[in-house]
Amino acid sequence: MPDKPSDLVQGTLDMLILKTLALEPTHGYGISVRIEQMSKGVFRLNAGSLFLAIQRLERDGLIDGEWKPTENNRRARYYTLTAKGRKRLDSETREWGRQVAAIGRILETS
Amino acid sequence: MSLFRNFATGLRSLFRKNQVDRELDEELGAYLEMEAAEKIRQGVSRKDALREVRLERGSLEVTKEIVRSGGWEFFVETCWRDLRYGVRMLCKKPGFTIIAAATLALGIGANTAIFSVIDRVLLQPLPYPHPEELVAVWHTAPGLNIKDLSSSDSCYFIYREQSRTFQDIGLYRNDSVNITGMAEPERVSALDVTDGVLPILGLRATLGRTFTRADDSPGSAKSVMLSFGFWQRKFGGDRSVIGKTITVDGELRQVIGVLPRDFHFGGRDIAMLLPLQLDRAYTFLGNFSYESVARLKPGVTLAQANADVARMLPIVQKSFPMPVGLNPKTLEDARIGPNLRTLKQEVVGDMDKVLWVLMGGVGFVLLIACANVGNLLLVRAEGRQRELAIRAALGASKGRIAASLLLESFLLALLGSALGLSLAYGALRVLVATAPAGLPRINEIAINGPAVLFTLVLSLFVSLLFGCVPAFKYAAVPQLTALRESGRSMSESRHRHRARSALVVSQVALALVLLVSAGLMIRTFRALIEVDPGFVMPSDIQTFRVDIPYTQVKEPERVMRIEEEILHKIEAVPGVSSVSLSMSVPLDGNQTTGPAFEKDRTYSQGELPLHRFRFVAPGFFKTLGTPLVAGRDLTWSDIYNKVPVAIVSERMAREYWHDPASALGKQIRVSPKDDWREIVGVVGDVRDDGVDKEAPSSVYWPILTSEFEGNELDVIRSVAFCMRASRAGSASLMEDVQKAVWSVDSDLPIADAHTLEYYYSKSMARTSFTLTMLGVAGGMALLLGVVGLYGAIAYSVSTRTHEIGIRVALGAEPEDVLKMVVRGGFKLAGFGVGIGIAAALVSTRYLATLLYGIKPTDPLTFATVALLLIGVALLASYIPARRATKVDPMVALRYE
Repeated sequence: MPDKPSDLVQGTLDMLILKTLALEPTHGYGISVRIEQMSKGVFRLNAGSLFLAIQRLERDGLIDGEWKPTENNRRARYYTLTAKGRKRLDSETREWGRQVAAIGRILETS
Repeated sequence: MSLFRNFATGLRSLFRKNQVDRELDEELGAYLEMEAAEKIRQGVSRKDALREVRLERGSLEVTKEIVRSGGWEFFVETCWRDLRYGVRMLCKKPGFTIIAAATLALGIGANTAIFSVIDRVLLQPLPYPHPEELVAVWHTAPGLNIKDLSSSDSCYFIYREQSRTFQDIGLYRNDSVNITGMAEPERVSALDVTDGVLPILGLRATLGRTFTRADDSPGSAKSVMLSFGFWQRKFGGDRSVIGKTITVDGELRQVIGVLPRDFHFGGRDIAMLLPLQLDRAYTFLGNFSYESVARLKPGVTLAQANADVARMLPIVQKSFPMPVGLNPKTLEDARIGPNLRTLKQEVVGDMDKVLWVLMGGVGFVLLIACANVGNLLLVRAEGRQRELAIRAALGASKGRIAASLLLESFLLALLGSALGLSLAYGALRVLVATAPAGLPRINEIAINGPAVLFTLVLSLFVSLLFGCVPAFKYAAVPQLTALRESGRSMSESRHRHRARSALVVSQVALALVLLVSAGLMIRTFRALIEVDPGFVMPSDIQTFRVDIPYTQVKEPERVMRIEEEILHKIEAVPGVSSVSLSMSVPLDGNQTTGPAFEKDRTYSQGELPLHRFRFVAPGFFKTLGTPLVAGRDLTWSDIYNKVPVAIVSERMAREYWHDPASALGKQIRVSPKDDWREIVGVVGDVRDDGVDKEAPSSVYWPILTSEFEGNELDVIRSVAFCMRASRAGSASLMEDVQKAVWSVDSDLPIADAHTLEYYYSKSMARTSFTLTMLGVAGGMALLLGVVGLYGAIAYSVSTRTHEIGIRVALGAEPEDVLKMVVRGGFKLAGFGVGIGIAAALVSTRYLATLLYGIKPTDPLTFATVALLLIGVALLASYIPARRATKVDPMVALRYE
């Protein structure tokens, strides 16, 4: 099943969340919807993994959470990227690019 | 930064749990709500939408648990929860908790007590600075068959001046002195030392100063250092004592210092230190009558120091003259060599064997205690199967269940340790009070840091040991079966049976090893008691020592008259049937050894026929009850007329002249300058070296000797009086004796008032101490073993009530059922006994050096213990089995 988060390459969930928040601060559901949309339905997140990752990122100081009212008048925690989070995203994106390129080169030569 | 943030958030979730929980609830709730709202917008009904969301994204509770488990605080929380749960479970069953904790306390307490002794005596360094540099300077003389030869003044001078490996060396000698001129005369223990001894040990005076080289030089003013205790007792701790004089052995000595309060040396209670004041001009070869301590230069090994001493020994030989009467060939043939050992080795001696044996013994007790508690836990876990199964069904992993069971065990062990520590505290006091005099460093023993740490580690270890039994079994049980079983208990499964059988077998085996050890010690003790020590009824013999210093009375003959007068005064004391005196009494440790040559025998040059010497007055043998085998005793007229006579022991007579009667009339002497002395009597052998050692071949000389060892006339000034009296050992007798002594000379102090029984039991102290300790351990093992065995078998039979009911209902005869159960118990016990015997055959080898008159494989002991344990096992299975067969089968079947 492609919707299992375990199908995500290890450690990439954090990067995806950071990327999502780099575009615009949002709540947990927002993150999950956006990742699903951007991946065209390939990645569907389990709530447990998502919030575990959010908790970890927040504790590491990469994102900040804040309670705000939602569009339909509930309260939800909105997350924003911190400066530290932005730096981490940049370095991880670069590293990811390098790795993907390298893996691509290996797979192409045959 | 983020670490701090992580920590702070963690703390917040720990301490503001409710709020954090609420927030998580709200956030997740919002998430699921939004997802559901999306689905509803797509046309799904609300109910279905919620269900779908839960299926796709996971339920709220599970998600919450996952998120929570991500933080470190989750671990703390789990532990805390398990801990509270554990405490609750223990409190719920106070009976179980108390029995289990008490069992553990017994085992742990015994181990802690013995460990603190071992830690202090064997493991901790001596309480001196750089103790690893301290050595006891011993020699060895293989040519004389002497393994441990002490040190001499001639060696001391050369080692002090020419050693390349010693920082410094000191010489000392035990002494006892008369203190007069202060209220009543008193005889106290003293140590004669060279000036180096205290600095080598790194000791300073508490008050005043220690000896200098000048104090220790011959001819300088007489000085003395007091022990802290003597200073307190005699001077009330008065600081102006420095510079005052006291009369020591009739001589005035100036007090120059007071020793530290914790000064202990050589295991004796020393009242004062005197400088040896050795005179180089009067130093001869030989005279190995001092002990010696040295401090090695940093980094020097024992081997290097031994080599250094070996190098210096020939120099010693060349530097000093031969004493009169000693053949140079004798010293040469002695082949004196170095035999240095660390001071710690010297202090500890051979007590380490006893202590390790005891440690092993109490270790076994602990293992048995663990087996007992393991069994109790097993029984209890059985009753908790349902609870465990429910926990597992609710999602607890096997690891979690095992961990929480282990935590409960650890709590139990901690409780047992706390009780055990207080038990050990009490046990140590008893131990220190009953320990043999030979137990070194006993004053240092206490429950301290290392002992507490040991207890903690021990409790962790034992909780793992007994805790794994239920943890492994029940965390691994197929849970559904357990749930199903819960309503109605099935007959015991084979699987469950095995764990309990293993416990029973190991308990029997452990108890057997311990009981065999205790049994061997009992047999040793009995063998020792049956040995004829060479005297009878030692409890009726009162002894004490009196010393008439040269400064007080000079002429030997007058000393003899005074001693005889005291003897007659004591004879008049009511209840005294016989009195005599001697240089020493058997087993009191005052021994002299010397050569005795026979007239009609040729000796190779330098040959030294060594015998035990004792100088005695008439009536000595009669008083002790030593039989006269041939000839006659000494008489007072022999003594005063200086008739050249001697008495020898039966062993010597047999070795030299084959039978006692033919020894009579033979002539012997000690040195070529002496008169030949005729043997007029042969007496029974006396075990002078200890009850467990062969009686030495001995010569008894008159207490007043003329033309002996090159001296014209000499007398023993420090004598032991002995009397056979009905009131021996009582204070009233000693009061009368004291009056008798003081009626002759009021300046004579009485010392070492003991019955002969005291020395006799002291010589067996090591055996009786080991016996008592192993006996206590064996008793505990037997008690725990019996209770455990009975408990285990009885419980397993009681769980079979159902099965027995079926059997009886189907027509089995009660006797058959009884036999079946008892046979089961017998099988287990037999198996345990087999393993135990194998283990005991190995382990009792370590006891061998402590045994006397018995082999470590003594079949009688082994058989008795094996039968005893099998008997207990049979009884333990018989009683519950009989009860089970008496139950009405219908009740047994319906019962649950």
